[in-house]
Amino acid sequence: MSTATYAGVTVDVNDEGFLERPEQWTRDVAVELARADGIAELTERHWQVIEFMRQEFFAKGTGPTVRALGKSSGVSVKELYQLFPKGPAKTAAHIAGIPKPKGCI
Amino acid sequence: MTTQTDANPGTAPAAAVPIAKVSIIVSKGSLEGIYPALILANGARAEGIEVNLFFTFFGMDAVHRKRMDHVKVATVGNPGLHIPTLLGGLPGMSALATHFMSKKMEELDIPPIPEFIEMIGDTGAGMYACRASVDMFGLERDDFVPQIADIITVGDFYAMAAGGQIIFT
Repeated sequence: MSTATYAGVTVDVNDEGFLERPEQWTRDVAVELARADGIAELTERHWQVIEFMRQEFFAKGTGPTVRALGKSSGVSVKELYQLFPKGPAKTAAHIAGIPKPKGCI
Repeated sequence: MTTQTDANPGTAPAAAVPIAKVSIIVSKGSLEGIYPALILANGARAEGIEVNLFFTFFGMDAVHRKRMDHVKVATVGNPGLHIPTLLGGLPGMSALATHFMSKKMEELDIPPIPEFIEMIGDTGAGMYACRASVDMFGLERDDFVPQIADIITVGDFYAMAAGGQIIFT
């Protein structure tokens, strides 16, 4: 495990760059994580997904799948891929400061 | 003794190049023939990999409006199922096995085929039907779901697959 500093906040990260401790996350950290993922600006729609992912993670202990995101986050699968072109579940989890989703779907 | 020869002697081993594009051929019409291709396609898009799906022969059932909802597990000639062939051939066996497998998949958040095709279309994957198979089975454009962008020849497929990986299922 190592640490990284985003927006002046030092966070614990794993070797893939995902936050080890979601409670260290702040919105400013998310903005810089998004830039690292090639998303220059987080829109209101991005935030809707990010906040939904954090809620799900803290409620269930795991981040949602793309299918679940499409059904429950208020953002369709099509739009999810427009917002996060490199893969919504993985990229949004990274920006939301929660672990990379496990599973194949 | 044989030794492996380095393609580029004197250079450091190259880092693995990430896969940027896959073209997946779906040729089988059973449930166990179709799902692996769809899971591979969906998973590739989830990793940001460009995907094209090419449906040929019985694989076209996955994108056939009237058939996609009736895809079944093969209970005969499928030793992996561990059912004696004579039992597997009894009426209703295929429906029963399909029911159990579909239930299990739903628990794992794997969608039924029609929803999965729609979802994979929404991820931005391209879907195409095979010209030769369409002609052979006497099908038309309207027999397919709207996610099928075109009916293409094998030459078109290779042109589309250029520069990426090809997976045959």
